[in-house]
Amino acid sequence: MKRLSLWAILATVTSATLAAPAFAGTTFDAVKARGSLNCGVHTGLAGFGAPDDKGNWAGLDVDVCRSVAAAMFGDSTKVKYVPLTTQQRFTALQSGEIDMLSRNTTITSQRDTELGMNFGPTNFYDGQGFLVPKKLKVNNAKQLNGATVCVLPGTTTELNLTDYFRANKMSFKPVVIEKQDELAAAFFAGRCDAITSDASQLASIRSAQASNPDDYVILPELISKEPFATAVRHGDDQWFDLVKWVVYATFEAEEKGITSANIDSFKGKTDPTIKRLLGETPGLGKALGVNEDWAYQVVKQVGNYGESYERNVGANSKLKLPRGLNAQWNKGGLIYALPIR
Amino acid sequence: MSDLASHDPKTATEIASHVEEPSQAELHIHRRNAFSALGWARDNLFSNIPNTILTVLSVTVLVWTVPPLLDWLLLKATFLGADPQACRDAGGACWSFIEVKHRFILFGLYPYDEHWRPLLAMGLFIAALAASCDPRLWNVKILYVWGLVLPVCGVLMWGGWLGLTFVPNDKWGGLPLTLILATLGIVLAFPLAVLLALGRRSDMPAIRAICIGYIETVRGVPLVSVLFMASIMFPLFLPEGLTIDKLLRAQLGIMLFTAAYLAEAVRGGLQALPKGQYEAADALGLGYWQKTRLIILPQALRLVIPPIVNQFISCFKDTSLVIIIGLYDLLTTAKTALADPLWRPFYIESYVFAAFIYFLFCYFMSRYSQYLERRLNAGTRR
Amino acid sequence: MSQDAPKTPWWNDRAIRAILYQILVVGAVVLAAWYLISNTLDNLAARNIATGFGFLTRESGFAIGESPIPFDPADSYAKAILVGLLNTVIVAVLGVILSTMIGTVIGVARLSGNWLVARLASFYVETLRNIPVLLQLLFWYALITEGLPGPNQALNPLPDVYLSNRGLKFPTPDWGGVEWLVLAALFLGMAGTFLLVRWAKRRQALTGKIFPTIRAGIGLILGLPLLAWIALGAPTQMNAPELQGFNFEGGHSVSPEFVALLTGLTLYTASFIAEIVRSGILAVAPGQTEAALALGLKRGQVLRLVVMPQALRVIIPPLTSQYLNLTKNSSLAVAIGYPDLVSVSNTTINQTGQAIEGVALLMAVYLAVSLAISAFMSWYDKKTALVGR
Repeated sequence: MKRLSLWAILATVTSATLAAPAFAGTTFDAVKARGSLNCGVHTGLAGFGAPDDKGNWAGLDVDVCRSVAAAMFGDSTKVKYVPLTTQQRFTALQSGEIDMLSRNTTITSQRDTELGMNFGPTNFYDGQGFLVPKKLKVNNAKQLNGATVCVLPGTTTELNLTDYFRANKMSFKPVVIEKQDELAAAFFAGRCDAITSDASQLASIRSAQASNPDDYVILPELISKEPFATAVRHGDDQWFDLVKWVVYATFEAEEKGITSANIDSFKGKTDPTIKRLLGETPGLGKALGVNEDWAYQVVKQVGNYGESYERNVGANSKLKLPRGLNAQWNKGGLIYALPIR
Repeated sequence: MSDLASHDPKTATEIASHVEEPSQAELHIHRRNAFSALGWARDNLFSNIPNTILTVLSVTVLVWTVPPLLDWLLLKATFLGADPQACRDAGGACWSFIEVKHRFILFGLYPYDEHWRPLLAMGLFIAALAASCDPRLWNVKILYVWGLVLPVCGVLMWGGWLGLTFVPNDKWGGLPLTLILATLGIVLAFPLAVLLALGRRSDMPAIRAICIGYIETVRGVPLVSVLFMASIMFPLFLPEGLTIDKLLRAQLGIMLFTAAYLAEAVRGGLQALPKGQYEAADALGLGYWQKTRLIILPQALRLVIPPIVNQFISCFKDTSLVIIIGLYDLLTTAKTALADPLWRPFYIESYVFAAFIYFLFCYFMSRYSQYLERRLNAGTRR
Repeated sequence: MSQDAPKTPWWNDRAIRAILYQILVVGAVVLAAWYLISNTLDNLAARNIATGFGFLTRESGFAIGESPIPFDPADSYAKAILVGLLNTVIVAVLGVILSTMIGTVIGVARLSGNWLVARLASFYVETLRNIPVLLQLLFWYALITEGLPGPNQALNPLPDVYLSNRGLKFPTPDWGGVEWLVLAALFLGMAGTFLLVRWAKRRQALTGKIFPTIRAGIGLILGLPLLAWIALGAPTQMNAPELQGFNFEGGHSVSPEFVALLTGLTLYTASFIAEIVRSGILAVAPGQTEAALALGLKRGQVLRLVVMPQALRVIIPPLTSQYLNLTKNSSLAVAIGYPDLVSVSNTTINQTGQAIEGVALLMAVYLAVSLAISAFMSWYDKKTALVGR
């Protein structure tokens, strides 16, 4: 009896878990056949990818997944989120467990070549900096010789830190802790003289976790460039194209002032770029292999880049990051949509 | 826990005698003073000089630790409806964090409006576990209970049937997930463990070598690396075109890991059987499998129940390591709840809450296993 | 079957059956392994995942917080992993020693006639046993970093010893080149003690006289180096830690991560060892104690000479698995930032993308360490086992 029920359960579980082919042909076809998108996200990084109190995923990186699903299926909810730790993220992409990696990942040449990834457009420009207590009287990073520095492991952050100190012939002691909240807690307890991370993170760490944020200062130097982007596998051109142009479409929509609220009012406008974007002039969708209204669905369901930014990391969020480098190119930033034509 | 002593005054003195060596006169006093508090204190706390010193030391430790703890836990703590700032100002524990986040910590990513389903499934599950704890039910009846409970739990968790919306298992999380991983880990590992244990005691060298190799290899590596290997390697083991989901991967990893430990427990039971049982079975002319199934295992497994419960306890605690492969078990949800910038400073509260839940389960199970050991050894007491 | 047959057919012959079974099982295992490996190789090829251990010789490019041997970011990944392994071994060895001591004390305390002591010991065991060790590590680390002052306000309990949230700093002697002679004297003391114990045992067996070996041994082990040091003119200068800039320079330091990890692992494992010790003592028949007392032995002697040697036989096998558990649990160090084997391997995996090799290496190293512990313990077990049991 027990054996029987166990076998029954095993059979159910197996049938439920042995999914459709992961590599029968291209990722594009596999996603289409599956009817949903497997998207690798962070296990919990506020503003970029984290479940809220009700268990719904939200964040700037999560919005990329939703946008791709909206373009592909006309439905931004057709995403299966796969939360990944830093150690798993590349392996999960290589092994086909996920179709795309949208997880706060810095573009580097080694990842692009050796690890066999293709990076989409940068959707967040960041740089690594230092946060120090004011009472240390440190005004720039050059004065940190001999300091103890708190750092997250296994990211480019750790390497940049080492490179910076080596280049300037300074010594330091790293304290490497896996989880950001514990790392920050250790720093505010005085375990380290400085904490290093991406500037966006430092701002949120300071505002959220310091008992008195004014006692801490972010040093002026940024010691690295951290462009975050979505990654897909090598040799998957159609899929790569789709991911790339979905991100550009959200940039373009912001530049043209098209938001999820007002997009319907742009219908029937004469601007040829907008006509192409909304799918009123056909051709783009067919070329990408999706419906002609793909970009309309993206903006309608997820919003343009600016909306996503303000909602997750900007003024309307808990992180309150200024646009800075992430403003449109005509507003002093680096967000620049390639021509959609 | 009172030592075994409390159940049997004779053993009490025996136990004490290993350390204390009470004289007959003292024992006499002990009986006479059992009813007066002062006399009790004199016998149990101040019977001689070293004893008095120990008592004073212990009291010092208590005075030094308990008041600040109480202060933080209750007196200075903020409870319902407070915001993070009010918590910071109060300076004690911030239980409002738990109030805001407890549903996420308990159920993880499970759709918010459907939380009654995992709750009900968990209730049934725990009830079935509790029922299995009664030795009077260790027969076919308990199989009927589980045969009924498990499918019901499955339907509740997955849904997609009887008007329940379908919830894929990558959305499961929190306490139900911890329970599922631990219980199925033990249940699925059991048949494999029995085979491994029999194989390790077999007189065929090749089979014995394979079993010893497996058991010792698995017992020699940390679970963290097994889980990590499982999450990376299982997709690669399967032929092209098949993928296997994360939960099942972790479950298999935990199962393969637990099987090795369980096998050693079962082997202990097999070794504890008197040789005569084996010889008698051989004399009856039973074949190996008949002998094992009818004579050996039924007796050996009864002996092994307490170690199995202990293995279940450690398995329950070890599931907290699936945080390494990004599954939302109880500890992961407790940590993820802290990703919210507003509540980040209150990680201790989060851990205390999680620790409390783990403690409740493990403490009751460990008490149960002690009770079982006493019950099973009742006949063999010295 | 074939009971009335004049001769059993060959497939019912026990020996042949055994061989057949084994061929079947081994064949099945080999086939399964071959199937999995070939699948893996196909998949690796299909997914362009590079394999191989070539990355080990490349420059690591990251720094490690604490290391028993000098380590520089310019060193190779192989050396980084070696540093991680050494850090793991240090924690494991100290953890085993400390948890055995604490566990024994708590185990005996649970059997104490003093009600309060027994209760406290039980409370300790029940609480720590039933909470995941990972949670406990996080707790201790938070306590140490939050609870201690910064280096500028460091506690100074002894001259030149500083305790802050940067760890414990203490002065190290600067021997001025004579440390080898002193070390040699120490070894001489140990060897002398060993011989003395053997001689005392023989004498006791022959004459029944007890020689105070413990006192003499301590005298030898401490006294000889001290004498050597004085004979050389007591040349030691202390190398004291001093506050310079951000932190203390000089002397020796123990980091908070190390202390938290060691504390957490030790206290957690000690709660299990306490139970093992308790049941081991209870397993010794009470008649043994009574007989020993009747012979006129003192209470301490009863424990040391009669109860413990017998209890050890019951204690050692489960104790071995606790030591193994402690070693394996040290892999949780990454959660609190102690650069152990797992932490360093994690960083390596992340930078090279060689996850499979990294984890395989990790498992192989742990397996080797575990087997070494098992081998040592079984040797010790054989040594203490009673002959003719």
